[in-house]
Amino acid sequence: MATSPPTTERRSLKGSTRERRGDPIFRAILMVAASSVLLILAAMIIRTSIEAWPVFAKEGIWGFLTGRQWSVGTSRSEVTGTYGALPFIYGTLLISFIAIVFAVPLAIGIALFTNELAPSWLKRPLTYTVDTLAMVPSVVYAFVGMYFFRIEVWAPVGQFIAGTPAGEVPFLSGPVLLSSYWSAANILAIMILPIITAICRDVFAQVPADEKNAAYAMGATRWEVMSKIIVPHSFSGIVGATMLGLGRALGETLAVAVLIGSTRDMTSSVFQPGDAMTALIANTFQDAHPEAIWALLAIGVTLFFITMAVNITARLIVARVNTRVSGGAVA
Amino acid sequence: MDPRTSTARDLDPAPMAPIRAEHRPASAEDADTSPVDVHVTLDEVSVHYGPFTAVRDVSFDVHRNSITALIGPSGCGKSTLLRTLNRMNDLVPGATTSGSVTYNGEDIYAEEVDPVEVRRRIGMVFQKPNPFPKSIYDNVAFGPRLNGTKRGLDELVEHSLQRAALWDEVKDKLSQSGLSLSGGQQQRLCIARAIAVNPDVILMDEPCSALDPIATLRIEELMKDMASEYTIVIVTHNMQQAARVSDRTAFFTVDMDNERQDRTGVLVEIDQTDTIFTNATDPRTEGYITGRFG
Ligand SMILES: Nc1ncnc2c1ncn2[C@@H]1O[C@H](COP(=O)(O)OP(=O)(O)OP(=O)(O)O)[C@@H](O)[C@H]1O
Ligand SMILES: [Mg+2]
Repeated sequence: MATSPPTTERRSLKGSTRERRGDPIFRAILMVAASSVLLILAAMIIRTSIEAWPVFAKEGIWGFLTGRQWSVGTSRSEVTGTYGALPFIYGTLLISFIAIVFAVPLAIGIALFTNELAPSWLKRPLTYTVDTLAMVPSVVYAFVGMYFFRIEVWAPVGQFIAGTPAGEVPFLSGPVLLSSYWSAANILAIMILPIITAICRDVFAQVPADEKNAAYAMGATRWEVMSKIIVPHSFSGIVGATMLGLGRALGETLAVAVLIGSTRDMTSSVFQPGDAMTALIANTFQDAHPEAIWALLAIGVTLFFITMAVNITARLIVARVNTRVSGGAVA
Repeated sequence: MDPRTSTARDLDPAPMAPIRAEHRPASAEDADTSPVDVHVTLDEVSVHYGPFTAVRDVSFDVHRNSITALIGPSGCGKSTLLRTLNRMNDLVPGATTSGSVTYNGEDIYAEEVDPVEVRRRIGMVFQKPNPFPKSIYDNVAFGPRLNGTKRGLDELVEHSLQRAALWDEVKDKLSQSGLSLSGGQQQRLCIARAIAVNPDVILMDEPCSALDPIATLRIEELMKDMASEYTIVIVTHNMQQAARVSDRTAFFTVDMDNERQDRTGVLVEIDQTDTIFTNATDPRTEGYITGRFG
């Protein structure tokens, strides 16, 4: 160390030189760590957008988003095919939406049951089961969905729905095929269920006991406490959980790729095959020509922005609800 | 005048059925004439948390339209006992109650009694003001809405807030969050909220312990005022408060069992507050009240 041993007086006034020198270094390391995430994100956006640019340039961004035809060219240097991504965007949004509609209420129900109703001996096993489901790799879900569920459960249920008067609506009409939006949506619902349940459980547990007791003391039933206190109090947490689940659903690739059927047409019935953005990329990138790769990257960029929009929307909803509920004027 | 014919009761579109469908206790009307009108009776009440006995063999009467204070050292089971009076202890995992609690002649622990119905008649105000994160209006309307009240809600909210001496302070900002009020106002909001479901017994567990002296006095005034219409049981650590507001005082203590390393709450005595404070029968009571208690 360069400085001479400090006297008591100096030490008390200026502190240790070693600490003061270490501070900026540590600070710099942390700043590099923090900025690395920004760099990674920026690199991904810029790099993919540049590669995808020729496709957006030829189709126009609106044309790319709303075009229904996807025929791939074979050029190495220019865009010769036609690239309309609507069928894939539609498929992704449709199956994710259905998955959310199925999974969120079920997750809320499981979480409420675990926290509020289950006898104490059942709480732990229930929690562990859900947490274990969250750790199952998606390839396992893909296989189970492909070899069992779609044959034994989803297709029969679909058949039943298509047989009821609801089947008159084109969206729910037969024939019911094994690989379809329906099968993909169902596997997604199962896959996002554990994470949504786990978050809801934690969020519900945060509701102050005071508030629940106040409601009970006024003669609220358990059901009323759950529906009027716990769930409204947890609204922002539920939205957060839903968005996390939605993010996972939008991005899930393998299970969707094997279950959605991969047709280029936008079929009107959920019980028939379609395609999704991730599935298209996974299924075609391996023997794609350069211009098709650009087009797939354009799909990737689009998916990225959809995910981001979902995220921002969620934050806006949460912020709005929070200001409405806490302090300040209501409405 | 019969206190049961107050405005709030008239506003309630669906007069409450008796807790138990078979019979309506006649005692309410008959007893009004007798000098001591017992509203709630505890008989040999014991409460256990798992194997631990928190309160043992407590018996006493709570008189109608009077204020009964429960005092005693920390841990002697005052809160526990208070929660047995409206079956809030049912919600504590592992808590079991034995003995009987009779309300208007009905055992509230009888099998066919619905604890939800009990809590609508026997309301509760907690130690920490705990308004819901909703508007002032919605806080008060919460209970009536549970009961399906839709018409007359505005009047009911106004009446409850007036009854809780809060109306003048909040009438221009009913849509503001209940959490935007001061602590004392929040506690009065909680009282208004409890009143709104039209109970006739109100339990208060140290309702002023989070409040400053001025807010405390306001609540005490309010309690004395409310006693004409409600039966009030209050837990307090504040001797002066017990002396100021209550008609009768019950003194509890902790019974140490050195053999079993057990601490159990027991009732030492209950009497007119004057008597307890000036002329207690049991030396332990006097010791506690005069501050000579350990
Ligand atoms: N939920 C619970 N589970 C287990 N034991 C409890 C529970 N609530 C209270 N007890 C125990 O029961 C005994 C009485 O507690 P209680 O809260 O009724 O006392 P208290 O007289 O209200 O005390 P304080 O004046 O400090 O509020 C205490 O020994 C306490 O540890
Ligand atoms: Mg207590």
